[in-house]
Amino acid sequence: MNHLHRDNAPISDAGWDVIDDEATSRLPTYLAARKLVDFEGPHGWAHSATNLGRVTEIAGPSEGVSALQRTVLPLVELRTEFKVSRTELDDVDRGTSSPDLAELDEAIRQIALGENVTVFHGHQAAGFRGITEATSHEPIAVGDIDKAPDAAARAVNALRQAGIGGPYGLAICPDMYTTIVESTEYGGELLLDHLRKILGGPLVWAPGIEGGVVLSLRGGDFKIESGQDLSIGYLDHDADVVRLYLEESFNFRVLEPDAAVAIRLGD
Amino acid sequence: MASEGFHEPLDRLDEAALDYHRAMSSLCEELEAIDWYHQRVQATSDESLAAVLAYNRDDEKEHAAMALEWLRRRDSALDSQLRKYLFTSGPVTEVGEASTDPAADSSGSLGIGSLKEALR
Repeated sequence: MNHLHRDNAPISDAGWDVIDDEATSRLPTYLAARKLVDFEGPHGWAHSATNLGRVTEIAGPSEGVSALQRTVLPLVELRTEFKVSRTELDDVDRGTSSPDLAELDEAIRQIALGENVTVFHGHQAAGFRGITEATSHEPIAVGDIDKAPDAAARAVNALRQAGIGGPYGLAICPDMYTTIVESTEYGGELLLDHLRKILGGPLVWAPGIEGGVVLSLRGGDFKIESGQDLSIGYLDHDADVVRLYLEESFNFRVLEPDAAVAIRLGD
Repeated sequence: MASEGFHEPLDRLDEAALDYHRAMSSLCEELEAIDWYHQRVQATSDESLAAVLAYNRDDEKEHAAMALEWLRRRDSALDSQLRKYLFTSGPVTEVGEASTDPAADSSGSLGIGSLKEALR
């Protein structure tokens, strides 16, 4: 048994199968950042920090002795808690194929949004700068969704001018995504297909992002470093419910600020 | 071309896929070298040559381990399998059976990993 304490939960093998399957089937839909940035690891729960290869000058311990402190980027642990009804778990053992896992579904959405927000907009308390914060390019404003291809083309051009190769991807907020998917341009071509041609890569539905980001997918520019990948652990239980949690540990770094351009809604 | 063995057009492979192939190719070459050295150690009747070849063979094992570790850090499914099977005791074929119990999974990870390739 490890720190997740799954063995202590009053959950049968069939119950764990249903819970884990629900999580693994829904998480990829929400985890937009992982579709666009590098993912290294998992290095394990005990992995605590990344060596940044830099130092900070600090006061020495005694006269005539100087000191430099190594700089590391610690990982953060993200967690969302949820409850599962023991009646539902009993029904799983009886063979039901449609247990009520509404709280798990909400926990899945929340932790995935937490990861997306960290990557695209940063996590100040953790010391992580997001892509839209770190980019060296000015954001491109989109007032009208019909102009999205123009904005994408300008963003791709800015990346090429900076020597950043493709293919490129576009992470975009759910409202803009829906509008784009529903739109056709003059001539009948789907706006979605036009954007894909410009980018040479995917357009990703990204809950948690404000506006959008065009970024290079060549690799080596943005990195999630994972300690423990998304896992489900056990907290406690009573006669009615079992309390569980979704958890991961990771940090995020922008290695090349030139490799992304933010798309901002409005004029 | 720096490497052969591609099975898809290069313009449909991104840098991550190319590096993955490079690491996989290196791993295969190191493992093949271990096998070749091992055969030569067995075949030669010169003890001093056998010692040199055995030294070289074992050096290749370090190279193979390094390439495998590079791949493990980037491939969550491979990571999951290696965590399941390596450094276990008892019959290897029973390790996988024992691990079908999610609660007994040593990591508890859902094994999501990178989704960058999932869009291709």
